[in-house]
Amino acid sequence: MVHLTRRYRFSAGHRLHNDALSAEENRRVYGKCNNPHGHGHNYLLEVTVSGPIDPATGMVFDLGALDGVVSEIVLEKLDHMNLNLDVEAFRTEVPTTENLCREIYNRLRAPIEKANSPGRVQLDRVRLEETSLNSFEYVGEPAAGGRE
Amino acid sequence: MIYVTRRAEFSASHYYHNRDFTPEENQRIFGKCSNPLGHGHNYTVEATVGGAIDPTTGMVMDLKELKMLLEQEVIQRMDHKFLNKEVPAFAGKNPTTENLAVEIWNLLAPKLQHGKLHRIRVYETADLFVDYYGE
Repeated sequence: MVHLTRRYRFSAGHRLHNDALSAEENRRVYGKCNNPHGHGHNYLLEVTVSGPIDPATGMVFDLGALDGVVSEIVLEKLDHMNLNLDVEAFRTEVPTTENLCREIYNRLRAPIEKANSPGRVQLDRVRLEETSLNSFEYVGEPAAGGRE
Repeated sequence: MIYVTRRAEFSASHYYHNRDFTPEENQRIFGKCSNPLGHGHNYTVEATVGGAIDPTTGMVMDLKELKMLLEQEVIQRMDHKFLNKEVPAFAGKNPTTENLAVEIWNLLAPKLQHGKLHRIRVYETADLFVDYYGE
């Protein structure tokens, strides 16, 4: 079993705001991230997959296939978008990097695990850097806990 | 248990090919990595050792031991080499980053005198790396 990690980059805008909170509470909780005009980040995304090494190729996963899945499902949908307005999931959920990390994991899991030989490769982890100073990781939930 | 990591760098060339595949299959599966003349990377290896802190030294292990092991087992064997042709482990096996991580684990793990090898990470580029934990 080896774990292979590939890095990708995208840039997007967001505003951290929860309609259920008062204006003062939003400002207190989210600080300058609550600016109504929004702001943006250059996100660095790490996708880690794991599985056995295919003896015929020496590879765990076809990198071209991984790039294709991530590009189609994540980068084309999020790059240069307004996360609050352009991404359905964040019309109701605050687009924090925690929520974004989990959203990306949930979007990628089935297509990655179906690509190549089904059942051979798992999505281990999605790690998302909002800036070089803060990053978030999501490894999914235990099966018994129920996945979104 | 605490983990210490030592990095080493080497540069080497390789190409991907399976003699059981047709030329078309090799091209389709391995793309530009199948050029038999080879191409190269600057690899970074991270060897992570886990152990207890020795109360007399405050250290898990003498890091010189890990540095020497990386030098002897990895750098001298692989630096500025054509991996397919000059490293026997890859005579019949593609020198993918996955196989490199496993090979480096197999070279280092039995020789480590102190601590236990926890992880080998091999970066092929800054945007692509492989982790191997020995199983």
